[in-house]
Amino acid sequence: MDQFLQTLKDSMAIGSLYALIALGYTMVYGILKFINFAHSDVVVLGAWSSLVFANWAKTHAGWEQTPWWFGSLVLVAAMAFCGTVGFLIERLAYRPLRGAPRLNVLITAIGVSLFLQNAGQLEFIFGTRPRSIPALVVDRSLLTVGRVHLNLLDAIGFVTAVALMVGLDWLVFRTKMGRAMRAVSFSPQTAGLMGVPVDRVISFTFVLGSVLAATGGFLWALKYTQVNQPADTGWTLVGLKAFVAAVVGGIGNVRGAMLGGLAIGVLEQFGSAYLSSSLSDVYVFSLLIVVLLFRPSGILGQAVPEKV
Amino acid sequence: MSLLAEQARSMRPAWGGSLARGLAPLAAGLVLAVVLQVFIRPYIDPYPAKLLLDIGINCVLAVSLTMVNGFTGQFSMGHAGFMAVGGYASGIVTYYASMRLWGSPEAAGGVLSGILDLQGLPLVTKGDVLFLFSLLVGGTVSGLLGVAVGLPSLRLRGDYLAIVTLGFGEIVRVLIQQTRPVLGTAEEVRSTPTWQLPSHVGGSLGFSGIPTYTSLFWVYLAVAVTLIAAFRLKTGTFGRAFLSIREDEIAAEAMGIKTTRYKVTAFVIAAFFAGIAGGLFSHTLGIGLSAEAAGFLKSFDVIIMVVLGGLGSISGAAAAAVVVTLLPEWLRPVAEYRMVIYALALILMMIFRPKGLFGVREIWERAAWSWLPGWRPAKGARR
Repeated sequence: MDQFLQTLKDSMAIGSLYALIALGYTMVYGILKFINFAHSDVVVLGAWSSLVFANWAKTHAGWEQTPWWFGSLVLVAAMAFCGTVGFLIERLAYRPLRGAPRLNVLITAIGVSLFLQNAGQLEFIFGTRPRSIPALVVDRSLLTVGRVHLNLLDAIGFVTAVALMVGLDWLVFRTKMGRAMRAVSFSPQTAGLMGVPVDRVISFTFVLGSVLAATGGFLWALKYTQVNQPADTGWTLVGLKAFVAAVVGGIGNVRGAMLGGLAIGVLEQFGSAYLSSSLSDVYVFSLLIVVLLFRPSGILGQAVPEKV
Repeated sequence: MSLLAEQARSMRPAWGGSLARGLAPLAAGLVLAVVLQVFIRPYIDPYPAKLLLDIGINCVLAVSLTMVNGFTGQFSMGHAGFMAVGGYASGIVTYYASMRLWGSPEAAGGVLSGILDLQGLPLVTKGDVLFLFSLLVGGTVSGLLGVAVGLPSLRLRGDYLAIVTLGFGEIVRVLIQQTRPVLGTAEEVRSTPTWQLPSHVGGSLGFSGIPTYTSLFWVYLAVAVTLIAAFRLKTGTFGRAFLSIREDEIAAEAMGIKTTRYKVTAFVIAAFFAGIAGGLFSHTLGIGLSAEAAGFLKSFDVIIMVVLGGLGSISGAAAAAVVVTLLPEWLRPVAEYRMVIYALALILMMIFRPKGLFGVREIWERAAWSWLPGWRPAKGARR
């Protein structure tokens, strides 16, 4: 029972992170119909920029004790940085290729991803060694059931992720910008004719996705404290799993991405706990193959016939 | 019907002539491979020889990936995964078969193998036969995995193949790391049941002790076979179908082309040749075959070769394989910037020269050669 609760807690914690990252994939796919391979690298950038900013602020501020709002300050800084990077990526790399064949856009996305990874590896940027983020919050146990502790850090991570997802849901389904996004996703040409500023909506989507990615990276760093070097394959795997989450939930579907993220978290953690922990990546990709075989449109997505 | 069939039969060339014409390129490749091994290899240093080997293996990889990424316009990102599978499979065959048959994993090859001492050896020995067999096993295993990976993902349109193949490479890496240590002595090998041998490939320590059969001869023979297969695919019925899928999948389907079948065919053939390349790689001197061979970096290297060479140009991919293999030598002073430069080159290329350096055309089909007598533009090539 304790093991079950512990695994459930872990899977919610990690699943909500996957969901946050999956949202960025799914929004960009919904609008531009391509996999933004660079998204996972924006997550890495989020983690590393939080680390660098936290270190810098801590050495320069000279606090006796870290103030409680310091974490949110770091998060906002990371969000601003990643949002800017996301905007620039779209503006410089993807916009010139609007209307180009999908393969070219895909290759560009891979190029951007490689660029972010390897530029980050350079010695004067982040370097090739893992580093630890300073403690932003003093961790303590909030609630104990049996022998399972619910820690403050886990709670913060989960609540932040859920709050952002609720906010995003509100933004997409209840605001004017959200309506414009859905319109562009439905048909960019028609939306343009109806007066929707398509380019601005696409830029906004990228910034939004990058902000969520920054949060994902920040929470990741907070949870694991050690931040791996930018080209570490672990990061690519995180991105891939988040993408699998988006596909499982139904790519292009915002609520599906949240559901898919939690599903991946549950699968991975329960598989590790009850079957074999070394094969946790294998479960996730097997799920992807199964979904592609039997329900390629995902849990919440509906099959869209290809139009000429 | 019968009239048409008769007409067709009368147009068919005599079988002897067509056989000779069909085998001529292979014979040329064989001659080139023998010349490289017997007349050039003894007179060059080990280092340039190793570079020549790398160039050849990368050529096989790039040309085979061109069949998927270039001809059919799909996007496979796990080519290194197939290469690793082929490398391990053929390594298992040669290592454990040598142990079982001859009691030691030493290479028992002739002049055409990667043995430095060429005196008094026959041209081909039992070891070479075993090596050739192991290469075919590696290619076949890799090709079968290609079916398993390709069928679910290639039924769908779009970029799923990229994700699935990327995940595939990672799964291969993880699974290889779970394997058990290599069996070091003939007694251990004899006492282990055959079906358990494939699980003894060293885990994360790597698979060491594979006999070194790979030589310039075998590598360039493989290059010749791959090039011939690629050209025949591209210029034949399959090639027209592949290119039509790449240009417009819906239109191709409307013309009655079974798109899924052709895509899977291209993917499996590419996986087969990647497996062969893996076999050649794993039997090279001084290679500790490890799970990292299946990683993203190798896949990205091959993708860069294909994109630089032009998506669909066989000669372009081969030329790019040469350049990309030699480039790290020239870029050594700025080694840490190498991948940054590659990445920028990829992005800029897609923006300013979206079809790659050569596009779908072969090098000699370019208009720059139009002053040569007898030059003809490519059949059906766009622009």
